[in-house]
Amino acid sequence: MNIPVRHATAATKLAIVDCDIHPAFRKPSDLYPFLPAQWREHMITFGEHLRQGLSGQLAWPRMSASGLRVDAFPEDGPPGSNLDLMRRQHLDANGVEVGMLMQLSKGGMEERNLEFAAALSHAINEWQLETFVKPEPRLRAGIVVPQEDAAFAVKEIEHRAPDPSFSQIIISPRSSDPLGHRRYWPIFEAAQRCNRPIALHVQGFSGGHASTASGWPTYYMEEHYAATTGMQNTLTSLVFEGVFERFPKLKIVLVEGGFAWAPALCWRMDKHWDRLRVETPHVKRPPSEYVREHVWFTTQPIEEPDNAQHLAEVIDWLGWDRLMFSTDYPHWDFDDPQHTFKFAMTEAQKAKVFRDNAKALYGLP
Amino acid sequence: MQVPIKGAIDCDLHPAPPGAEALLPYLDEYWRDQLVDRHIARYSFNLTSYPPNSPLSARPDWRQKSGLPGGDLDMIRRQALDPFGSRIAICNVLHGAIALFNEDMAMALSSAINDWVAKELLDREPRLRASILVPVHNPAHAVAEIERVAADKRFVQVLLFAMGDMLLGRRPYWPIYTVAKKHDLAVAIHAGSTYRHAPMASGWSAHRVEDYVAQSAAFESQLLSFLAEGVFQEFPSLRLVLSESGFTWLPNLLWRTSKSWRGMRAEVPWIDRSPGEIIREHVRVTLQPVDSPPGDTATLLRTLEHIGSDRMLLFSTDYPHWQFDGDAVLPDGLSNEMVRRILIDNPLETYPRLQDGVQISDNAASKKEAVR
Repeated sequence: MNIPVRHATAATKLAIVDCDIHPAFRKPSDLYPFLPAQWREHMITFGEHLRQGLSGQLAWPRMSASGLRVDAFPEDGPPGSNLDLMRRQHLDANGVEVGMLMQLSKGGMEERNLEFAAALSHAINEWQLETFVKPEPRLRAGIVVPQEDAAFAVKEIEHRAPDPSFSQIIISPRSSDPLGHRRYWPIFEAAQRCNRPIALHVQGFSGGHASTASGWPTYYMEEHYAATTGMQNTLTSLVFEGVFERFPKLKIVLVEGGFAWAPALCWRMDKHWDRLRVETPHVKRPPSEYVREHVWFTTQPIEEPDNAQHLAEVIDWLGWDRLMFSTDYPHWDFDDPQHTFKFAMTEAQKAKVFRDNAKALYGLP
Repeated sequence: MQVPIKGAIDCDLHPAPPGAEALLPYLDEYWRDQLVDRHIARYSFNLTSYPPNSPLSARPDWRQKSGLPGGDLDMIRRQALDPFGSRIAICNVLHGAIALFNEDMAMALSSAINDWVAKELLDREPRLRASILVPVHNPAHAVAEIERVAADKRFVQVLLFAMGDMLLGRRPYWPIYTVAKKHDLAVAIHAGSTYRHAPMASGWSAHRVEDYVAQSAAFESQLLSFLAEGVFQEFPSLRLVLSESGFTWLPNLLWRTSKSWRGMRAEVPWIDRSPGEIIREHVRVTLQPVDSPPGDTATLLRTLEHIGSDRMLLFSTDYPHWQFDGDAVLPDGLSNEMVRRILIDNPLETYPRLQDGVQISDNAASKKEAVR
């Protein structure tokens, strides 16, 4: 396969950290060697047990090639499954110095059978290491754990924590209860103790609740948007349950959930926190302060106002030290680092967003 | 800032819902018996979204020693109409009938509320207008109620709620928009939940403040529903009013929908131009609450610039909900032109039925002056 190598330009001269890269199995059986025999048989016999009516496919069919870049299909599997192609097409071509793997499916986050979820979680973490991180040191794994089984999640986090190949913990923002609930606190405690941020990537599967407060949307266009309202819900829950007050070193990364909504959500939370603060005395400071200290945002899919400068103003409000570049490779709405920002950035701003914010957060060399 | 000119049109005012007992005269014999025999008439039908003693539900200086905030017409005049020089105010009575599961009882109570509003509020105060409360459990009921009430031109819009059974853009609800169009009624979605679903995509939040914050996300979902289902194409004259929704979240929605439409238009081919354009044309938003940093005029003005339209905001006090203090119902820093648009021009353009209403109200006011 011949992929033209691009000449380095302004953004690629700056080696970048890509905070959202999706690996994939060449074939479903790739995971089998990492599963105990019982769960391998279970996978073959029953498959995953999810909270939706369709088995083995998404309830809202994606727009383009199952939501994947049509030019990213290798000959031997789906996009993201072939490390050589990923290197040539993305890591090398776009000057990716470090790439954060964001494994979503088959990691147990949405599995209803919690025993199976634990087996999947352990297997998917091994699989990331063996298939991607060991052969390609630019890639970092995430500790994928089922948030609905906090006791197991803590064990798996502790098991992986000594390995610097794992940069962060991945749980689902489409949890079965809003993530601020106490049942998830052991996970936050472990994250703080093991010094790993928690990444919340938008999810294709529900934790048991409709994607909107008025039920299920009809079109993928709505479901796609609901990822951003769901992220707002999750952040609201974390703030008002007092999670950041309780875990002062906890760091949260919101991945692929947008960021232009965040300043307005903070203003809204501040205003109504002030009005209703007798209800939540455990929230001692204005919500915006917790968000400013504890929350990072990735860029893709970048918002595109008609006047690109408006987005720069939003980042001024958000904080230039809290935004981290991501491509979502190899998904269909990939953001090319050359064309993501349509307004002029200073060299310092570029360095922060494309590289330094992520390096500081993840403690990368 | 205070309202600098006379003649404002307040698009979101909340008279207290009457107790069920007060509705008995507006019910037929069967429902009177039902309410009395089952002791239903003893209940207040408060919505969970607005606990009566919550700081949000009424401003401290608008509470009374006895009776409910907004529960007395003189109080409404003194606290909500006169101080802002409002010539018209649209009453949204947030009655819990809509949260019942029994669709027949919900229908009977909604009708009673609408008749009570006409007699107890509109007949007695010429500055008042009202929304038609409808149970959407069964769109046929809602249509019948709108048809029944619409002859009274003082009802200017249909009242729906942000969190309900189904997203409101969905096709089973379209007969409601057909009949609204027929009678020149705007369609309002007001904050509030019937809790048919969890308020969050990840379930049941713990605190009232979380539910209230989440209302804006619910409004976003409703807008996406109206947009994606093609309601604005089917009903080109429709004005959709978001009430007590906040508006500082709008720029993100305009940007994101306009972008994602470019990738997803094949799924919704009836959307024939940029969603940002469609929403700016069809959607109106009431002013309160102004969810921007207090005292930071520059940020608010940037946000208004990001919204990119001076036609969308409609003046509201949200009385007696506690959204601002004193007379400072308008945020600082707005131009005179913008203030006029918010207070008067935008509401008049939104509500066809207010075009006549202004005349009626002015006449009534001058008659009253003459009598004095």
